[in-house]
Amino acid sequence: MTPFLRSYLAVVAARFRMLLQYRVAALAGVATQIFWGCIKLMVLGAFYAVAVTTPPMTFTAIVAYVWLGQVLIGLLPWNHDPELQELFTSGGVAYELLRPLDLYWFWFARTLAFRTAPTLLRMVPGIIFAVLVLPLIGLPEWALPPPASLAHGLMFSVSFIVTVMLSCAITILITISMFWLIEARGLSTFMYGVVPVFSGMIVPLPLFPDWMQPFLHWQPFRGLCDVPFRIYSGDIPLSMATQEITLQLLWVVVLIAAGYSLISFARVRLVVQGG
Amino acid sequence: MPQILVEGLSKSFRIAERKPGLWGAFGGLLHRRYRSVDALREVSFSIDEGELVGYIGPNGAGKSTTIKILSGILVPNSGRCEVQGRVPWKQRREHVATIGVVFGQRTQLWWDLPVIESFDLLRDIYRIPGSIYQSNRDELIDMLDLGSLLDVPVRQLSLGQRVRCDIAAALLHNPSILFLDEPTIGLDAVSQLSVRAFIKKICREQNVTVLLTTHDLDDIEALCDRILVLNDGRLLLDGTIADLRGRYGDSRYVAVELESITSVTPAHESLVVERSESHILFSVESDVPGFVDDVLRLYPVKDLLITHPPIERVVASMYQAERVDQ
Repeated sequence: MTPFLRSYLAVVAARFRMLLQYRVAALAGVATQIFWGCIKLMVLGAFYAVAVTTPPMTFTAIVAYVWLGQVLIGLLPWNHDPELQELFTSGGVAYELLRPLDLYWFWFARTLAFRTAPTLLRMVPGIIFAVLVLPLIGLPEWALPPPASLAHGLMFSVSFIVTVMLSCAITILITISMFWLIEARGLSTFMYGVVPVFSGMIVPLPLFPDWMQPFLHWQPFRGLCDVPFRIYSGDIPLSMATQEITLQLLWVVVLIAAGYSLISFARVRLVVQGG
Repeated sequence: MPQILVEGLSKSFRIAERKPGLWGAFGGLLHRRYRSVDALREVSFSIDEGELVGYIGPNGAGKSTTIKILSGILVPNSGRCEVQGRVPWKQRREHVATIGVVFGQRTQLWWDLPVIESFDLLRDIYRIPGSIYQSNRDELIDMLDLGSLLDVPVRQLSLGQRVRCDIAAALLHNPSILFLDEPTIGLDAVSQLSVRAFIKKICREQNVTVLLTTHDLDDIEALCDRILVLNDGRLLLDGTIADLRGRYGDSRYVAVELESITSVTPAHESLVVERSESHILFSVESDVPGFVDDVLRLYPVKDLLITHPPIERVVASMYQAERVDQ
């Protein structure tokens, strides 16, 4: 490994370790997620029971979609790292620029830890519930099914890595907005409304009306849930998976490029708060 | 070629203004008014390797702005600035790898991590080779007496402990230049002395160039051979402490505490700076011993203290003198 990459990984590791301390918050989060997962399955199950036409997804695919969503909800880029927020309001951003690191990738490293550490904490109990507990309490049809095939599982893993990158790229854009806004709470509130809907977290995207589908297909947030979850369940066939992942990756490249140039632009006009 | 070269450096900030009160807040939504503030105006100086330079001036004079430009954080509006042949904000990453910076009012350590983990993280960030890191770290721990603090999370350190750790953190990667922005602010006397002794030592023994901003003239007198005085973004003086005192009133403050309320003799009337019931503060330009003799003879003195006038006063009198010159 190049020493160059090592310094960024050290940042990820340090922040990751720090975030793993918030275990009680994670446990509370798990309970909420499980509750929401069950509610969603009840509602969608009721719709499926009375459907007059064939729904666009099988119920098994819906179950996979819902549980993967609930388990990985921490990845959704609808908030930003409070530690970075603090840097902007207190002027600590000055120290960030003193490190011999590229500012964008330095923050990308921090953001990667911020997105993955809490998610990892919540993921494990969530998966245990969705895979093992549900069949035991007599709800096997609600349990998280395995991937459609080994190949689907592998494709899902690739797509999922891109999802993490996409989530970080969007989160960093919220962070960068603080160069102008100082306080990103307003933008985060906006994202809180937009991201869950357009990623498919609230309702799986294939269930939206037909006239919305072209728009839903091309927008970036779809790569956060819809693409990897449907590859997992086989709702996106293997023949389409590469194409879908390419689109996902394209958005990652565009958003990273946008963030990168915004940071360079903001650097020139930087004002450090608090002298 | 000097190590730090600054020529005609200017920086201004744009500050959004709004009228106070509710109407002002509404007005600000529709129409923003901006005011431009000149933080630095045509500042020029140069510093050679191994120098220990004090940078003084009142709040808002532009000291921190200079430090931030020299360390590559801020981009100036105009002027030339080279540090070790590099333009700090253009070659930021190469540049910051060779400098150490401490902002006394902020910490560069990770708030929730034990001190030693912050050091280890800096080793990885600066890519310091293992053996160099170990010897630097052990030496700094020894010199700054950090042994007992290493396992304590930064948030639990006292200010003096934290500043010492911060100084160590700024030196782990063997920088050849150290920028210290008010390193002794808020420190108790013991910490202040140990920080001063340390700065002097690394400057002398390791030939590190130090630029230090402070409000404390005692810091400057204890440490610096050379001072730069800044006021309102302009460089007023580049010279020694003796130059400063010689040119702008080499006075002493004599603070007297009285046993009983007494009136000041007419001859001393013009020297009084402040007067409360039992305290009088005189400003004396010449023959301080003679004046003290008079005071002890004429007044019922309970206590007496001789000090330098505060830096703000010296700089204020200097600024007034500059204005008269123009």
